[in-house]
Amino acid sequence: MPNMNPKKCPMPEQAPDVRNKNFDEVTLGYTAEMAVEEAQRCLNCKNKPCMTGCPVQVKIPEFIALVAEGKFLEAAAKIKETSALPAVCGRVCPQESQCECHCVRGIKGEAVAIGRLERFVADYARENSTEKPVKPASNGHRVAIVGAGPAGLTCAGDLARMGYEVTVFEALHTAGGVLMYGIPEFRLPKAIVQKEIDTLKDLGVEFVLNFVVGRSETIDELFGDGFEAIFVGSGAGLPTFIGVPGENANGVYSANEYLTRINLMKAYKENSDTPIYHAKKVAVVGGGNVAMDAARCAKRMGADEVYIVYRRSEKELPARLEEIHHAKEEGVVFKFLTAPLEVLSDENFNVTGLKCQQMELGEPDASGRRRPIPVEGSEFVIDLDCVIAAIGTSPNPLIRHTTPGLETNRKGCIVADDEHGITSKDGVFAGGDAVTGAATVILAMGAGKRAAAAMDEYIKNKNK
Amino acid sequence: MYQILKKQTLNVNTKLMVIHAPHVARKAEPGQFIILRVSAEGERIPLTIADFDRENGTITIIFQEVGATTQALGALNEGDCLHDFVGPLGKESEFDGFKKVAVVGGGLGCAIAYPQAKKLHEMGVEVDLIAGFRSKDIIILEDEMKNACTNLHIVTDDGSNGRKALVTQVLKELIDAGNQYDAVIAIGPMIMMKFVCETTRPYGIKTIVSMNTIMVDGTGMCGGCRLTVGGETKFACVDGPDFDGHLVDFDSAMRRGAMYKAQEKAAVARREEHCNLYKMEVK
Ligand SMILES: Cc1cc2nc3c(=O)[nH]c(=O)nc-3n(C[C@H](O)[C@H](O)[C@H](O)COP(=O)(O)OP(=O)(O)OC[C@H]3O[C@@H](n4cnc5c(N)ncnc54)[C@H](O)[C@@H]3O)c2cc1C
Ligand SMILES: Cc1cc2nc3c(=O)[nH]c(=O)nc-3n(C[C@H](O)[C@H](O)[C@H](O)COP(=O)(O)OP(=O)(O)OC[C@H]3O[C@@H](n4cnc5c(N)ncnc54)[C@H](O)[C@@H]3O)c2cc1C
Ligand code: SF4
Ligand code: SF4
Ligand code: FES
Ligand SMILES: [Mg+2]
Repeated sequence: MPNMNPKKCPMPEQAPDVRNKNFDEVTLGYTAEMAVEEAQRCLNCKNKPCMTGCPVQVKIPEFIALVAEGKFLEAAAKIKETSALPAVCGRVCPQESQCECHCVRGIKGEAVAIGRLERFVADYARENSTEKPVKPASNGHRVAIVGAGPAGLTCAGDLARMGYEVTVFEALHTAGGVLMYGIPEFRLPKAIVQKEIDTLKDLGVEFVLNFVVGRSETIDELFGDGFEAIFVGSGAGLPTFIGVPGENANGVYSANEYLTRINLMKAYKENSDTPIYHAKKVAVVGGGNVAMDAARCAKRMGADEVYIVYRRSEKELPARLEEIHHAKEEGVVFKFLTAPLEVLSDENFNVTGLKCQQMELGEPDASGRRRPIPVEGSEFVIDLDCVIAAIGTSPNPLIRHTTPGLETNRKGCIVADDEHGITSKDGVFAGGDAVTGAATVILAMGAGKRAAAAMDEYIKNKNK
Repeated sequence: MYQILKKQTLNVNTKLMVIHAPHVARKAEPGQFIILRVSAEGERIPLTIADFDRENGTITIIFQEVGATTQALGALNEGDCLHDFVGPLGKESEFDGFKKVAVVGGGLGCAIAYPQAKKLHEMGVEVDLIAGFRSKDIIILEDEMKNACTNLHIVTDDGSNGRKALVTQVLKELIDAGNQYDAVIAIGPMIMMKFVCETTRPYGIKTIVSMNTIMVDGTGMCGGCRLTVGGETKFACVDGPDFDGHLVDFDSAMRRGAMYKAQEKAAVARREEHCNLYKMEVK
């Protein structure tokens, strides 16, 4: 008999006014009992509607059935059949618009907590599995991966398992991409990401850090070094600024800079040599996951007042529901229908405030969302000492500018077919944010996976 | 790991190091820079590529110990390794079509100007090198500079070596004396570069400056290095570090450079305390 409780088994978490002062993980994860209880809410539907919402088709009902039976390691193996990073995706996937939004239990109550179960299973396996990955026998072919984000890591893992000699080139001093430099510790502990990277090393993947493709070597030079196919998963790391006067004042950050200083460069640790503004009043402009992360970091760095300044209404916020909920609980104040007009600063060029304008919603625009239009005479000023721009990123132009024959579109994204990641340049495959623009971890992973299969086929055909 | 193959003290707080970094040496060009981390916990700091040797796979850096990270770097010795060393970053300097240039270096800027002067000199360009220092004690690379230019003008603030003058005075005299420069290349503290630009502006001489803004990644990812050039926002790490000095908004760039003064001081204090503790333990 399934558990007919209309609500998800709640996730234990740190109390809001405790956690907004530390960088420890906010949610604490299910216990085995909780996981079994929640798994019993699944009806094991024959037509598996939940799976249609998962970009990598995790075998959801099957793994959940194993959880219900207490077979956690088997459940982990089931997930691993299609997903490379379940401990990450269980934590950061926007489940409410992917797998869980198709769950039949969601019709009359809350969906099955697929993400939380996935996280539980992956954490359990990490802590309890004794199996160590072994490097498969080499097939003698070398492939290169550019960028060690979720797209590149997934592609590298799949190719290594097929026997390829895989080298990952990463510009930063740490592999992991946004998982390491962007998403904060309190949402995705770095030890978990590191563990995934270590697994790849066990599989024989070689990581060359501090290597900027396009500068240290170009794509063409990598081919010259003997790589037979190259996957580009360089992400969309170029920040967009707001485009209002005063934006170069001291105390204005891109979310990338703010988060990189905190996460990658550990500015949140006492005694860190990485400087950062310990601002007291902070406004974050934007409404996505990046904005929520920046706002919640600001709170943890000691800010008394933190605002989210967003042009549209609450309904349009693109961030994961859980992050919005957590941000509110932690004391972040949302200013909806508010657009920034100017960053104000004092004679020393330090930020003193943000001049804003009230908006109202007009007709739907091309994206189907109602377009915000300014309300006349509604200008007002928020007093601040820090402004963080989190209004989007686009692919870095470095690879585009140094790779002749690689087609990109108007937005600077690499043109690649979704099915295989094939680009306009022979032997070059691409996927993740570098192709789609800023998207999600699971989409990047899926693209890396499909490209790995296509690269395998490409190399086999070439060597026929 | 990136090993320190050679360490040389140029003056009290200026050091030269030759680092084993074949990936960087393979493609390095004058005007480009690297970013390094001394240790696993260290911050990322940019330094100009002062010289390179493709054959031996080495990069030369010259740095002044101004704060916590450069002090930590200066404390390392030959045989020690740097944790991270990435490059070459930034655009290489563009010298095409120059027949005669004035290279103006201020203090440590001379060390950075030196490879540029050398490259120009090797290209057959006539180079007037104007090197300004505070006093005789801190003059660096005098012999190297001599060999990298047509005419070397050394000036000091206190007259203890060469002339007692400012680099801008010398530059103005040379221009007024009828020297026809295709370009002036100014490298040094921002305030010096600003005044060089003010000196050349009335003459309409193209003036190239090398902007040492605060940086994190050096790949165009954070935007921390942004500055205003000709009314537009540019990223020094990817659009530069060289810019047309007559278009740079120096005042805002200088204020951004001072952004973390208080925290940088605290980092030095921490480092000194740590070193003292360490000394006590060793005793
Ligand atoms: C703060 C933040 C929060 C987010 N939260 C979520 C979330 O909750 N859920 C979710 O699903 N998604 C989230 N995202 C989006 C998600 O992280 C990205 O969609 C995903 O990381 C894209 O993966 P990727 O592998 O394509 O690129 P990235 O993760 O960006 O990795 C690209 C890597 O390539 C490297 N690189 C770039 N250029 C070069 C070069 N020339 N040479 C060598 N290396 C290079 C970069 O340094 C980087 O390590 C968030 C993003 C941010 C910034
Ligand atoms: C492209 C470029 C090339 C450079 N080349 C050289 C060089 O060849 N030799 C040399 O001695 N110095 C060079 N610098 C400056 C050098 O990076 C700084 O002196 C160094 O970062 C200071 O760090 P610190 O911790 O020792 O001192 P701090 O006390 O932290 O800083 C002293 C001053 O250095 C600047 N600074 C601090 N952190 C950074 C950072 N992360 N990035 C850039 N500037 C920073 C600030 O203006 C600060 O006020 C260059 C800077 C740039 C941007
Ligand atoms: S990978 Fe993401 S979308 Fe797929 S089942 Fe897991 S949480 Fe849901
Ligand atoms: S739709 Fe929901 S209830 Fe049905 S199998 Fe999927 S998770 Fe279980
Ligand atoms: S240093 Fe980060 S964008 Fe230039
Ligand atoms: Mg410092």
